[in-house]
Formats: sequence, C-alpha cells, structure tokens
Amino acid sequence: MTGLLSLTTFAPLVGVVLLLGARALHGDNARTDTLAKWIALATTLVTFALSVVLVAQFDAKNPGFQFVEDFSWFAGLHYRMGVDGISILFVLLTTFLLPICIIAGWKSVDKRVVEYLICFLVLETLVVGVFCALDLILFYLFFEGGLVPMFLIIGIWGGKRRVYAAYKFFLYTLLGSVLMLAAILSMIAIAHTSSIPALMTFKFAPWLQTWLWLAFFASFAVKMPMWPVHTWLPDAHVEAPTAGSVILAGILLKMGGYGFLRFSLPMFPNASELFQPLVFAMSAIAIVYTSLVAFRQTDIKKLIAYSSVAHMGFVTMGIFSGNAQGEQGAIFQMLSHGLISGALFLCVGVVYDRMHTREIAFYGGLTNRMPWYAAVFMLFTMGNVGLPGTSGFVGEILTMTGTYKASTWTALVATTGVILSAVYALNLYRRVMFGEIVNPELKTITDLDKREILIFAPLIIGTLVLGVYPNLVFNLTASSVDGLVGAWRAAVGG
Amino acid sequence: MQTLVTILVLAPLVAAIIAGLFGRRIGNVASQAVTTGALILSCALGWYTFSQWTWGHMEAFTVNLLPFIHVGSFVSNWSVRIDALSSVMLIVVTTVSALVHIYSWGYMAEDDSKPRFFAYLSLFTFAMLALVTAADFMQLFFGWEGVGLASYLLIGFWFKKSTASAAAIKAFVVNRVGDFGFALGIMTTYWAFGSIQFHEIFPQIAAGAARTWQFAGHTFPLVDIACFLLFIGAMGKSAQFFLHTWLPDAMEGPTPVSALIHAATMVTAGVYMLCLLSPMFEYAPVAKNIVTVIGAITALFAATVGLTQNDIKRVIAYSTCSQLGYMFFAAGVGAYQAAMFHLFTHAFFKALLFLGAGSVIHGMHHEQDMRKYGALAKLLPVTFIAMTIGTIAITGLGLPPLHLGFAGFYSKDTIIEAAYAAGTHNGIAMFAWVIGVLVAGLTSFYSWRLAFFTFNGKARWGHDDHHAHDAHGHDAHAHAETHDEPLPDAHDDHGHGHDHKPHESPFVMLFPLIVLSIGAIFAGIVFTDFFVGHHQQEFWRGAIFNAPTNHVLHEAHEVKEWVKWSPLIASILGLAIAVWVYLIKGNERLGAALAARNGPLYVFFYNKWFFDELYQATFVRAAKFLGDLFWKGGDQKLIDGLGPDGVSAVSYEVGRRTGKLQSGYLYHYAFVMLLGVAGLLTFALYAFR
Repeated sequence: MTGLLSLTTFAPLVGVVLLLGARALHGDNARTDTLAKWIALATTLVTFALSVVLVAQFDAKNPGFQFVEDFSWFAGLHYRMGVDGISILFVLLTTFLLPICIIAGWKSVDKRVVEYLICFLVLETLVVGVFCALDLILFYLFFEGGLVPMFLIIGIWGGKRRVYAAYKFFLYTLLGSVLMLAAILSMIAIAHTSSIPALMTFKFAPWLQTWLWLAFFASFAVKMPMWPVHTWLPDAHVEAPTAGSVILAGILLKMGGYGFLRFSLPMFPNASELFQPLVFAMSAIAIVYTSLVAFRQTDIKKLIAYSSVAHMGFVTMGIFSGNAQGEQGAIFQMLSHGLISGALFLCVGVVYDRMHTREIAFYGGLTNRMPWYAAVFMLFTMGNVGLPGTSGFVGEILTMTGTYKASTWTALVATTGVILSAVYALNLYRRVMFGEIVNPELKTITDLDKREILIFAPLIIGTLVLGVYPNLVFNLTASSVDGLVGAWRAAVGG
Repeated sequence: MQTLVTILVLAPLVAAIIAGLFGRRIGNVASQAVTTGALILSCALGWYTFSQWTWGHMEAFTVNLLPFIHVGSFVSNWSVRIDALSSVMLIVVTTVSALVHIYSWGYMAEDDSKPRFFAYLSLFTFAMLALVTAADFMQLFFGWEGVGLASYLLIGFWFKKSTASAAAIKAFVVNRVGDFGFALGIMTTYWAFGSIQFHEIFPQIAAGAARTWQFAGHTFPLVDIACFLLFIGAMGKSAQFFLHTWLPDAMEGPTPVSALIHAATMVTAGVYMLCLLSPMFEYAPVAKNIVTVIGAITALFAATVGLTQNDIKRVIAYSTCSQLGYMFFAAGVGAYQAAMFHLFTHAFFKALLFLGAGSVIHGMHHEQDMRKYGALAKLLPVTFIAMTIGTIAITGLGLPPLHLGFAGFYSKDTIIEAAYAAGTHNGIAMFAWVIGVLVAGLTSFYSWRLAFFTFNGKARWGHDDHHAHDAHGHDAHAHAETHDEPLPDAHDDHGHGHDHKPHESPFVMLFPLIVLSIGAIFAGIVFTDFFVGHHQQEFWRGAIFNAPTNHVLHEAHEVKEWVKWSPLIASILGLAIAVWVYLIKGNERLGAALAARNGPLYVFFYNKWFFDELYQATFVRAAKFLGDLFWKGGDQKLIDGLGPDGVSAVSYEVGRRTGKLQSGYLYHYAFVMLLGVAGLLTFALYAFR
C-alpha cells in the first residue's frame, strides 16, 4: 500500500496540530495539559498501530526496499521513502518506545506541557523519517532536524546543568554534521543522483571512498557514540528528563548505527574494509574503558549512560565484522539496547521522581520497601549484563562471534566486557537495592504504582520474548542482511 | 516419552513463575506446594527416564521445542537431549532438588519470604535441567548462566546482610571470568567446525585433530585451544583453583541452597561439560593435561584449607571443592566415566552432609562455629547417624578384597586407580595419583574432625563459652586478616524464645536425610557396574567417547593390589589421627594448641592460601584505579579538556555564559539551527546543480 509509510512518518504531526488546536481552544491551563497528554498518547499509539500494519504487510523474503514512494519535489529534489528489513525494525522500535515515553512523563513534567509533547511528536516524525528516507537530502534534513527537539528537551526540561549539557550535545553533533553535509554534497555532484538505492550500487573510486567514509564516520561516530567522542552522552543523559533519556538511548543513538549500515558499508565498501581496524580498536577500547569508568560512577544515570557507550562498542564492531553473525548481532543489539537501556533509565526515573536525587550513596535497601521495583530492576540489570534468556545476550554473543572471525584480538578484548558489565551493573544494584534501609528519607518510599507497571510491562515482555525467540527479528532482517553482506564481500573480494 | 521429558524440564519453570509472581496472592503454603509438587513430578519422570535408559531399551533422542538463534550456520534450538549423560544428571538434579524443596519446608519455616525462596529454587532447577539437556552450545550456555543467576539470587537471598550480597556478586563475577573463556571457546569451536550443534561438531573432530590455529604470531593446535578455553568456563562454575574463591563465600546463602547448588548440582556442571565434550577433549592432549593438573591442585589446595576451618559449612564447602578436583583429574586422565560416577555418588553424600549440617545449625539456633558445638550425638540422634554415614561415604571406607563399601569407596577409588593406570605412561597423571592418595588422607581427617567436633567430646555450648573460645583463640593472634565474619546474628535469630538447648530437627527435614543416607550407602554398590564396571559400554552407549588408544578405565581395574589399598590406608590414617586428636580423653586441647601455635603453614592454610588478599590487591585495585584514571584523567581532563570544554576559551565562555541564559533563548537558538541547516543545504544544492 503506497502512502502507508508517509502516513506512519507524519502521523505524529497530526497530533501536533491537535495539540495546538487544544491549546487555542482551552487556553494554557491544567485541563489543557491533561487533554494534551491524552492526545499525544493517542497519537503515538495510532502511529505504533500503523507501523505494526507496516510490519504485517512487509515481505521478509524480499531483500530490497518496500513501500517505496517517489515524488519529484522542487529544483530536482526528490521525496523518496521506503524500508527494508533493517530499517523497518528501527521504525517499529521508535513507534514502540514513544507511547512509553509519553506515559513516563505523565506526572513528572509540569511546565510547558504542550511544548514538551510537541517536541516528542516532532522528534518521532523526524526519527521515523531518518529510517525511511531513501534520498540523501531528505535523510539529512530528518537527521539534523532530529537534533533540534532533542536539544530543546534537554535544554528546557532538563536538570540543573541542562544548558551546558545541551550545548555540549550540540557542539559534538554539529562537528559531525558539517562534515557529513560536505560529503553528501560531493556525492551528489559526482553521482548526479541523491537516491540512496542508486548510490548503494554506485561505485565510488577507492580514494574518494576514503574521504567520504571519514566524513560520514565523523557524524555517525558522534551519534553512536564511539570512544573518544562519547563524553557528551553522560552529560546529556544526566540532565535530560527521564523520557528524553529513553529516546536518546533507545532511538537517537541507533541513528549512528543505522547510518553505518545504510551508507558506510554499502556505499564505501573498500573504505570500510580499510578502516575496519580503526573501528575495531575504537570499539574494543570503548568496551573496556567505559565499562571501567561506569564502575566508578556515583550517579546512577551516569553509570547507565557509560554502560550504553560500552554496549554500543559491541554494535560498531559487529557492523564492521563483515559477516552475517556480526551484522545481525549488531542490529539485534541496537534493538535490545533500545528496550533495556530505555527501561533502565525509566528505573532511574522511578526513584528520581520520588527522591529527586540520582546519587547512588543516597539509596540502599530499597528492596525492603519496593519488591516489585526490585524485581523489575533486577530483570533489566540482568539484561544489561547480557544474561542468556534476555535480549541482551543474543546481540552480544553474535557480535562477538562475528568479530572473532574478522579479528580475534578484538573479540578477545571485547569479551572482557562480559566480566566488566557484571561488575558495574551488579555493584549498582547492590548499593541501591540491597542492605537495610539506613537513610530515614527512604523509610516511606513507595513501590511501583499502576502507571509505572504499565510502562514497564511492554519492555519486560519485549526483553524476554526477544531473549527466548530472537528469530522474530532475524526472520525480518535475514534477507536484507544477507544482501548487505553479500554486496560487501563482492566489493572487497572477501 | 518426548512429552514426558519436556514436562520434566518445564514443570519447575512453571512452578517458579507461579510462586514468583503470585506468591503473595496465593500464600506461602500454596507456593511451597506448587514448587515442591512440580519437583516431585520432575523427579518421578527423571527416574522413569533413567530406568528406561538403564534397564529398558530406550535410545538416545532429542526433542526440538523451538528455534533459538538462527543466523547462517549459527543454529541453536531449544531442545531436550536425552542420552546416558543427561539421564544420569536428570536423576541427580531432580532427586536432590526435590529433597531440598521438602527439607526447606522445615528449614525455612520461620523466614518471611518463602515464596521467593521456593521460586528461586525451582528456577535454579529449571536452568540446571536446561543445561544438562542442551543439544548445542547456546542452550548449554543459557543453562550455564541461568544457574549462575539462580546461585547469585540465592546466595544473596538474605539481602539485608552486607556479606551475603557481597558474596553473591563475587560468585557472579568470578563465574563470569570463567564464562569469558567459555564464550571464546564456543566461538573458536564454531569457526573451526562451522556449527554449534554437538551432533554436528563431534564427528568432525577426529579428522580435524591435526588442525592448527594462528594467533598473535604463534601456531596452536586448534582442538587444544578450544578445549582449554571451554575448560576455563568449567573452572569458574566448578570452583577450580584460581577461580575457586567464590565457593566458600557462597555459604552465605541458606544451607539448603548450599546442598543443592554448591555441592550436588551446579558446581558439578563443569565436570558434566567435560564429559559431554569428551569427543573434543580426547583429541586435546595438552588441554587434558592442564585439566589434570588444575584438578589435582584443587583437590590438594581445598583439602589443606578444609583442615583448618571452624565454620561447619565452610569445611564442607572446601571439601566439595576438593572432591570436584578429583572429578576433574579423572576427566583429565581420560576416565570420564569415573568422573561421572563420582559426580553421581558425591551428589548423595555431599547433599547429605550439607543438609545434616543444616540440621545441626537449625538445632543450634543458627550457630555455625564448630568450636561451639560438641556432644550433640545424643541430642540429634538421626542427624548424627546420617552424618556419620555421609562421612563414611566421603572418606571412602570399604573392603577392597570384597569390593564392598559405601558410595565414595567405589567412585573415588576408581578415580585414584585410573590416575595410577594413566600415570604409567604419563607423568602428569602420576602426579595426580600421588595427590589423590594424599588428599584421601586429608579428606578423612577433616571429615572426621568435623564429625567428632560436632557430635562427640565435651559440650561447648549452653554455658558461658568464652573460655572455650579463648583456648582456640588464634584469631586474635593470627597475623593476617581472617575474613571470618562474626557469626551470630547471621540472620534473624528465629525470634522464638525457648531455651538454647540444641534440638533435633522436624521430620520434614530428617526425611531427606534418610533418603540421602540410603543413596550414600548404596549408590556405589548398585551402580558401579553400569558407570565404570563390566556394563559401562552398554550403559553409556556412546555418550562418553574414549579415543581408540584410551584404555584407562580397563587398566584401572588391573592395577596392583597395593595401589588398590593405598587410598584406604591413607583414609584410615586420617581417621586415626582425627580420633587421636579429637576423641581420646586428655587430648581435647591438642587441636586448639596446634592452631594456637600459629605456624606458618597453619596461617597459610587458614587464610586460604591468601587468594582473596591477592585478588583484592591486584584485580580489584587495578579496576578501581583504571576506572578513576579513565574517568577523571581520560574523559574529563583529556577529552573534554581538549574537546568541547577547551576548543579554546571561547567554548568555555559559551558554556559559562549559557549557564545564565534563559531557556527562552533556546527556542531562538534551535530555530536558527534549523534555518541554518536548511539554508546551507539549499544554497549548496543550487551551487552544485
């Protein structure tokens, strides 16, 4: 069905219009805020339903792009949209997480509620657009446009040092963007097309590939983020409101990985092979380095943010392993990390909403008063640690296996990550949850309420179902990934 | 049959979910009944399967339940594999688990989170069953880490205790070190043989035995490397030397847990893996020698430490560690059948000893220090008899000429004879034999010491026990930190106010002791022919592979008479010394005096060869140091300093000034951002076209 993809992409904007209408009608008051939340929730749920329809109609055996739309725009520009087995997964992840984000901020956000919701809906459109765009220019607009609402979410609804964090976020990503823009423009100039499917088969000269690869890499490496351009992430997470962290970790980081899969690998295969050792080194360092840093954190959110960087290390090394295990593992790891780290940030949000601090030392013994929370937090801690049976395991073992083939050294170093993740994650859990309650302020803390159980439930189910039956994902991605790996092998003669 | 074994594996999982999620709603008794009922069902099915295997005409089969991971040739399924090895493990796991569930009705009677406890126990059982019935490396790894999770949860069950949660983390992390090797071993095997399915890998090994593997500029024999890496996993799970430090600390968990997980089942998973992978290990001579050495050293190390400990559970924990060492060097010398046999008999008598110890601890109101025991034989008669049976079984007392004895006599002697037989053409195996005989003596001494200390001699409880304590008061003199946590208040002191006279446990706790006692007496004599005797080939039916040149099991039966007698003599010597030190009147202070002398060897043993201190000083400190270095030096000074904060004073200025900006400006800024992007883009596009 043509148009379904655009409908899914822009459905959230309908919600934005409704939100503005509601405020125009009712004025800026608490009743409007409540209504606005319901409108936003309904919008995101409808969008999710649309993307489920999309997945249901998707032909998993077809490795190419589906639901393709192509309209001539202006000045030779094209509006091209379409999804393959890889991108449809990220569309689903995005639309799945958005309703959860809306509910997560239901009570904790009390200023500029309508604007807050608009930011999230606009962000949803832009991020879904990133994954669906089949035209370079369109992709770039969505990709960079997505920065703006995120920047605002951190800068307006964030914590004490929100402005510093927002600018740091902006500075880093700007650096990458400028280089990527230059690369995009020269690609169009050389290939005389901005169509992504056409560019995927266009053979750039190897020397040119090198430069283009580096320019794209600058942007995607910041987004992932890879070591050593990761330092914006902990600050951004710490300052962002809970729902912002969920989006940031769950979806925005994945734009980097998606970029590697969509651009770097198919369009610059020779350069990808050339820089494989660089990516491997950066990934392996990221895993060990940030895991150790995570171990020493005193702020719960910062610890989880650092662990995100470590997990993204598995993704980048898997993507550049050049075999099906590595690629599938990387894609799966991104999906799984979207669920698990999203849930972990929500776990932080639960106690932050009650106590307004994220200092680990403030807490301790919460299990005594919050048994359900203890169970939920334990489940996602285990997911973060990569315990088999949770989705966290599948991505880790596959990326390590894939990388082992390409570079045993990298796999060896990366595998130490399974030890280090246990060290920091279990220590965090122990310090927050175990022991007696010593801090008198915690003596009256309450367990999860119904709303909180509601937001965790889909994440719990997702983590466990994908952990036990990951083939749900592989069935969807297999043919596209095989195509990707096959094309890469053919290009580099491997 | 396929349905039955599927029910067998899944019943504990279903029960765990019911008790875990709805335990509060359905209440304690219902939760306990559901989990215990499921385990009794599994146990019945387990014995049915085993009897079909042993006496029926059942062939090996695999039930495929659901695909797990399918990526290219990396194919794993959720499945139930039934063969001789898994049948043996099924009865070991379900029998001990069912008995431990029953026992816990009494032992945990006064705990206030019973549903959680029983849910964890059942969850553990499910993971263990998934482990032993795995048909490929991924499900094996799932079970492997699953039992690790359950172990972590149960060690830390009394989460309010700081020592318990610390021990739980230690167990998980040290196991993860093992799993690091395990995972690399799986990857090596996968890329070498193109599959993670056992039935696809094993037939390729003989042809691939000569293959090599390049790494870091060296050439290694491929199968050896794969097996060595996999063995690191086994070392972690089975608490072998270097990775053993978590097991004694794991005694922080409730005693039924120690019996089930840290004696009978989980810790033997490493042995099981080695036997399962015998088709690989048989072509890995170097790896096998490493297994032999590590196993032998573990047996010796743990026995020496066990000599000196005063906490009843810790003595048994070190004893377990030591017996696992036996099983490992049995596998290392190629006598996998003997390793499995010892695993089987050990499950009975070690679970018996642990549950017996639990009964004593229960009767002594949660006192675990043996120095405060004594003369309990008359007060706890059933426990006394049961533990005496267990002690006879573990020390391997028997009559070689008649080939008659308790369980340990058959299995341990087979291992020691096999080591000698292999030792005639391999010096490393002979090293294991020497240690095996020596440790038989040490085992006998510390096991009887425990028994005499607890049940005989003078009562050291009830009255003001400070004098007794002082007599043994080497703690105060010990040069090194002893790590012995203060034992009282280990957990809620029952809260019931009757006098502190030791009492025998209720029947629900004694019943498992009786059943296990029967096992500890007869498991050897009934099954020796099947496991290691004349019927071994018909029994195993290919589940254990011996290379064509490996006749060690056969040779073990042919060793000279003096070899057959040697472990028994060592054992009797150990018993004699224990009697002399702890039973003969007038010698009561001998043991204490030895300890108080604080000789260097004693201090070394008492402090567990200083492994905890060593690891603390190296790995833990290094991790903390590097973490701080990377964080404060790397991220904050170097990266941020040179990067965003310090591109120049400008960005610092920005950062400082923006701190004062009203958030309203952010909108403007964002709008400018958007305009800038769009403007730049359109401009550039027109320029290009």
